[in-house]
Amino acid sequence: MSPPTRKEVADLHFMDARAKLLDLAAFLDRVDRSSGSDDHRIRGLRLALKVLNEGNKNRVEEILNQWSDPSTEPLEKSDTKAATGVWPKL
Amino acid sequence: MRYIEPHGHMVSRTTDDYKAMALAGCAAICEPAFWAGFDRKSADGFYDYFCQLTQHEPARAQKFGIPHYSWLCINPKESEDMGLAREVLALIPDFLNALNVLGIGEIGLNKNTRNELKILEAHIDLAVKYNQLILVHTPHLEDKRKGTRLILDALKNNPKINPGRVIIDHVEEHTFKEVVDQGFWAGITLYPESKASPQRAIDMIETISSQRVWLNSACDWGHSDPLSVPKTALEMKRRGHTVQAIDNLIFGNPVQFLSQSNKFIRPEII
Repeated sequence: MSPPTRKEVADLHFMDARAKLLDLAAFLDRVDRSSGSDDHRIRGLRLALKVLNEGNKNRVEEILNQWSDPSTEPLEKSDTKAATGVWPKL
Repeated sequence: MRYIEPHGHMVSRTTDDYKAMALAGCAAICEPAFWAGFDRKSADGFYDYFCQLTQHEPARAQKFGIPHYSWLCINPKESEDMGLAREVLALIPDFLNALNVLGIGEIGLNKNTRNELKILEAHIDLAVKYNQLILVHTPHLEDKRKGTRLILDALKNNPKINPGRVIIDHVEEHTFKEVVDQGFWAGITLYPESKASPQRAIDMIETISSQRVWLNSACDWGHSDPLSVPKTALEMKRRGHTVQAIDNLIFGNPVQFLSQSNKFIRPEII
């Protein structure tokens, strides 16, 4: 299968991407209207936004790596079962 | 269209879901043991669950003409309690002879703790001892990359493990290549919020590998969609992939992996 043209990709996926980008913008506006201290997840999201315009062709991989726990040794114990989406110490 | 749902927690789904999956072309379902959303207090709870996976659920699926297979383990979310975990591990051998059990799974890590790792290694030993296929759950979100690497190391540390008989599930863009490059199979899970969307899944298939990989919905009691595999097939079709390429991914690949168990019967479809 030959690679699609830019127009073909836009025809297929632009409206979906447009809607998701506007949702993200609305989320950040909502955050800015809110009170309270900083949240590591939102900090991680803002850091990831810089990746989007840098022209790297592996943006998803780069963002996922940015949000990942960089340590390599097993934890002695965990006080939670859940993950938050962004490494809390980022 | 024909497809296999190689990872679905059907005990959490409705009968209407079975009907919708049958109508969409689902030819077989595989159900790994998992976390119920709360911690079970005793091994007796797991005994009942294993009976459900090996007796009740196959009968439920059969009402819609869908063969049902299962995998057994204690999920990593409950393996922090090593006493309970070892009691549950002791139950598993008696269930391995059930006609629908394909292997040990979904084992793995959740928060990447030392206790989780010890129970993962015990599951790997069990699979080796009884010559079982292995289905591995990799951790969620920020814990996935580290956990995937710890899991791959644990598997490679056992010289009797054949990577071609192990599937590492829930891979994403930052873990997929590492898994397949080391000879393991990879599973891409399609979730509405976490893990992969249909679009990202097909991006990975196009740019990383279409071999040694399957797609699954991992539908359970959380945000999930039991029809996400056929919906992703539609995404492939919209992009112009051939019918053969789509069939290879959603039917041929899982058949190839699962057929390594002599209990798996290549499904016929209408």
